[in-house]
Amino acid sequence: MSHDIVLKVIAKLLIPFILLFALYVQFHGDFGPGGGFQAGVIFAAGIILYALTNGPDAAMRIMPPRLLTPLAALGVLLYGGVGIATVLLGGHFLNYDVLAHDAVHGQHYGILLIELGVGVTVASVMLVIFFAFITQEP
Amino acid sequence: MILDNLPALLVVLPLLGAPLCLLLSRGRPAWVVATLIAWTVLAISIVLLWQVRAGGVLHYAFGDWEPPWGIDYVVDRLAAYVLLIVSAIGAVVLPYSWRSVSREIPARLHAIFYTLLLLCLAGLLGIVITGDAFNLFVLLEISSLSTYALISLGRNRRALTSSYQYLIMGTIGATFYIIGVGLLYMLTGTLNMADIAARIASMEGSSTLHTAFAFIVVGLALKLAMFPLHLWLPNAYAFAPSVVTAFLAATATKVALYAMIRFVYTVFGPAFTFGEMHVQLLVLPLAAAGVFIGSVVAAFQHGIKRMLAYSSVAQIGYMLLGIGAMSVTGLTAALLHLFNHALMKGALFLAVGALVYRIGGSRLHEIAGAARDMPWTMAAFVLGGLSLIGVPGTVGFISKWYLIQAALENGWWPVVVLVLVTSLVAVVYIWRVVETAYFAERPADAPPVSEAPLVLLLPTWVLVGANLYFGIATGLTVGLATDIAVGLYAGGVAP
Repeated sequence: MSHDIVLKVIAKLLIPFILLFALYVQFHGDFGPGGGFQAGVIFAAGIILYALTNGPDAAMRIMPPRLLTPLAALGVLLYGGVGIATVLLGGHFLNYDVLAHDAVHGQHYGILLIELGVGVTVASVMLVIFFAFITQEP
Repeated sequence: MILDNLPALLVVLPLLGAPLCLLLSRGRPAWVVATLIAWTVLAISIVLLWQVRAGGVLHYAFGDWEPPWGIDYVVDRLAAYVLLIVSAIGAVVLPYSWRSVSREIPARLHAIFYTLLLLCLAGLLGIVITGDAFNLFVLLEISSLSTYALISLGRNRRALTSSYQYLIMGTIGATFYIIGVGLLYMLTGTLNMADIAARIASMEGSSTLHTAFAFIVVGLALKLAMFPLHLWLPNAYAFAPSVVTAFLAATATKVALYAMIRFVYTVFGPAFTFGEMHVQLLVLPLAAAGVFIGSVVAAFQHGIKRMLAYSSVAQIGYMLLGIGAMSVTGLTAALLHLFNHALMKGALFLAVGALVYRIGGSRLHEIAGAARDMPWTMAAFVLGGLSLIGVPGTVGFISKWYLIQAALENGWWPVVVLVLVTSLVAVVYIWRVVETAYFAERPADAPPVSEAPLVLLLPTWVLVGANLYFGIATGLTVGLATDIAVGLYAGGVAP
């Protein structure tokens, strides 16, 4: 596959749009369909396409596996951290009302942050699983 | 502020401690974090039990979404009682884990080990505290998935196949559970347990309800290893790392049993369960068979871990017999044994873990003569064994006493005989270990062993002490279990 020029060019054209679409799904999640999970999967799919066309080594250069595991953990911590923040600000766990000066903005920031946590974790975990499979000794 | 949020923090702390351990990525700091969290969680459980001891119920609405729409965490006496035993076992096992794990698991996996253990703890605590049927499924999966990975960390390569076997069985169990919940959702349009209970009260005779009940009970029976669905259990316990075995044996099946009690008594209600579905006709023979076969098979095992695992199948049978007795005394016995069995199996498996730490294995021929060099470890095993047999002065006696009383109340003489006979079988299999360890000669070619380090002995003896303490001072356990059982049967039971 490494000599297939058509695949490489098409993938090169598509990958930026796939990643951009992932970000769109991520940040549009609080107004319409979408959200962190779908965005994370789409983002990871973009990287996986890169790995398929340019080889695992190239993909692991742009997404080093030793960074992915901490990223997965950080996403969960971001989600939980928002919950802890709401508790420290005097609300109940994950009641975003207290995050900003009024409830509407609070809800907005809260959902944005936790979905970001979900997106980061899902994308990293997808890639961790993918890299684990392709680097496995037969 | 903090006191108000305790029900959420109980689950959130271990859940967030897990990624923290992963970020630390080195064994020792991860262990320190995990241990601190386990102790904090125990403290929270004690406070929660203290708050509801008089019969009150704490509700915690996540994100302030009111139930039945939002997820509701409910702490009543039953939940607080099970939370106490789960978090206590967690708090005892984690200090023990450092030395044992550094011997049994390669260093690069240490941080992951503590991550998984905290995730499992979070899942188990969450199952107990949640008042939402779907949330229970999510937490069941969190605890199960981490359990599969924990078991696969065992040194023997067969740990991988046992873990896989458990994965298949556990997934079928979880699937059955979620199918049941789906049917209930179809029927009632709600996932909140209290709301489901209120809505199905008027639906007697609905075949969807019957099907949902069957799926949920069978799914949970798989997770709690009810005979003959216990096939995953012996291998999983035998090949998992010692710490994992001790933790799982003392908590995982107990929490599944709790979920079963929760559904049978508070969601479906005893009248529906026993009066309409006649569950006792199925549970009683299977429980009796499990007690008998589990005990007898245990007596023929050569590995101590596997022997204790089969004994666990029998002990679960005792708890199910208590539920099948359809009386307050029977349920009291089941709840007591849930608590007490966690204490005795915890102590026994921790003692075995100490043997493995020094000797490298726990098969009978390997521990021959070990008691001379490891007197404290073997003494802990003997006391735990006495408790398992049900000698007066230990917790095992208390729960068997109540179980026999429940059987006598119903005039079930065969059950009384069964309990007594299987207790004698327990004498046989505990004696085999004692005989080998105390009276057999150490093999001439065996390397010299010494007493286990204090960090392993201390947690083991804490549990042994609990076995003796709760065997004599029964105020907390019997008092609570009786109150809970009376409360759960308050709706009455059909003939």
